[in-house]
Amino acid sequence: MVNNHQMHTSRNRKWLAAFLCVASLSACQPTAEDGLKKGRTLYYFTWSDYVSPDLIAEFERQASAKVVVDTFSSNEELLAKLQGGATGYDVAAPSDFMVSIMVRQGLLAELALEKIPNATLLAERLQRLPFDPDNRYSIPYLWGTVGIGYDSNVISPPPESWTVLWDPRFKGRISMLNDQREVFGVALRVIGQSLNSRDPTVIGQAKAKLLSQKPLVKTYTSESYDQLLISGEVALAHGWGGAIARAMAERPSIKYVVPKEGGTIWADCLVVLKTSRNKDLAMRFINYLLDPVVAARTTNRLRFASSNRQAKALVDEQLRENPAVYPLDSTFDRLEWMADLGDAIRQYDRAWTELKMQ
Amino acid sequence: MGIFFFIPLLIVLAVSFASRGTDGGVEWTFSLTNYAHLADPLYFRIYGRSIALALATTALCLLLGFPLAYSIARAPIRWQGIWLLLVMIPFWTNFLVRTYAWMFILRTEGLMNTLLINLGVMTQPIELLYSDWAILIGLVYGYLPFMVLPLYAATERLDLSVVEAAWDLYATGWSVFWRVILPLTKPGVIAGCILVFIPSLGAFITPDLLGGAKTMMVGNLIQHEYLVMRDWPLGSAISFSLMALVLLAVMAYFKTDGRLDRLERGV
Repeated sequence: MVNNHQMHTSRNRKWLAAFLCVASLSACQPTAEDGLKKGRTLYYFTWSDYVSPDLIAEFERQASAKVVVDTFSSNEELLAKLQGGATGYDVAAPSDFMVSIMVRQGLLAELALEKIPNATLLAERLQRLPFDPDNRYSIPYLWGTVGIGYDSNVISPPPESWTVLWDPRFKGRISMLNDQREVFGVALRVIGQSLNSRDPTVIGQAKAKLLSQKPLVKTYTSESYDQLLISGEVALAHGWGGAIARAMAERPSIKYVVPKEGGTIWADCLVVLKTSRNKDLAMRFINYLLDPVVAARTTNRLRFASSNRQAKALVDEQLRENPAVYPLDSTFDRLEWMADLGDAIRQYDRAWTELKMQ
Repeated sequence: MGIFFFIPLLIVLAVSFASRGTDGGVEWTFSLTNYAHLADPLYFRIYGRSIALALATTALCLLLGFPLAYSIARAPIRWQGIWLLLVMIPFWTNFLVRTYAWMFILRTEGLMNTLLINLGVMTQPIELLYSDWAILIGLVYGYLPFMVLPLYAATERLDLSVVEAAWDLYATGWSVFWRVILPLTKPGVIAGCILVFIPSLGAFITPDLLGGAKTMMVGNLIQHEYLVMRDWPLGSAISFSLMALVLLAVMAYFKTDGRLDRLERGV
């Protein structure tokens, strides 16, 4: 009896050991360092849900190379991971203001523009952007606006102002981006300020505004708000146009508006990292992504507008006319680019932490 | 093991005394300001919340885990492996994926609300997702196996003849549990509580996904300092203080516990 008991105890110990092994496995995550094989491999660091798998496969065949995609969910996370010593990436997709910071940090390689002929096909509005006017380090790739996606069956009349996000009638049915610059951008525009304000008093006012909104907010998320809109869980979502356009396709009552106070215009850019070991392949990849046909297919799938001026004509007509994808001409004068704020960003950091802490 | 554990820890310690550059990054000027920042009243709410949630998680895991572990240990031997396997199977799926599954269960039009309404328990869906309750459910779900396994190991070794003797001596059910079973399984209870309390204190995925990123726990604060604020020195100072605190608490516990044991034995 005792023997039998011990035997089965040791068997159960084995179970315990097996359990620990599996548990520790599930904690591991592959990184770009993995699988640095002999063959040509391109490491692409981009936003989550921002690639079209069939296009990646097509490039892999064309260039007889392998593409490994790794993702981040905010510009801050991208920078933190690169500063943390994540080397091995070849191409990344930071937004406008982050390009300036990365240039200043010496993280980017100069582009060999002669290897990227498609860079000459940039839409007019995306040429000579202030953060990199000569495209020395970056080329705009996908671009758009930030606005409100709303369910027109619930929210009527159609909202014109950001203040609808402060309307107590919609308590618990509002989602905001989990992105400090974007969330503060909304509050700053509501109080009539630039979303690049560096004035501590103004930032304080914006924080107070956001604190008064917080009880109404269901969640701060940059990833799942399209799903929340589709399922009807939220009726108002602060978000990027493309993601809202994806929600529209699933639930036609969803509409998009860039409120009258104005908001962000953004462009995610393609850059080559200084530490890249495959710069030629990286340039070729960028040129491939900027090809008119490839760019149009990207827009059709991701519903973010391509920077290539020839691509628009090839995009599905429905998307071409969707203001969530291609902003209306009339909205442009109220859009603002985000600027690199230098040291003033600490004010936002602190205010954002305080907002989250209450 | 030592190398993989101590070298990163030393790096964290070193970074916690440095300062942050304008765009993030680490500047190697020695300062204690990061530790001074920890006393910022801004952070006390986070500490309080985290400890409260971690304690609640531990208590609930113990409440659910003890009967479960006890019944597994008392089950016929050939069944025990199967029950244990069932406890472990969730670990074969990534924690993130399982947390997403909970989002589907808890949302307004999700499984839980649909079920409760169809059963006639309530008429209106309740807002479960993105609340502290959702965080608590997620944490208890995630860490229950860490409670069950050490408790299983302890209850399985429990000598049943002692329990029988207690019954024979007309002990009530409560005092059998309180004065016989619990003291004999104490090492398992303590191991389980430590294994649940520490990771739930540092959890960050659950509060983000199930709590809607509206509030923070210490784990979120550390992740926030590292990945959003890019203030590695402050993040390191928080991590290091948290580790030191947990270590001290555990050591203090074992020390007093040893002393009490000796007292009881009259040494």
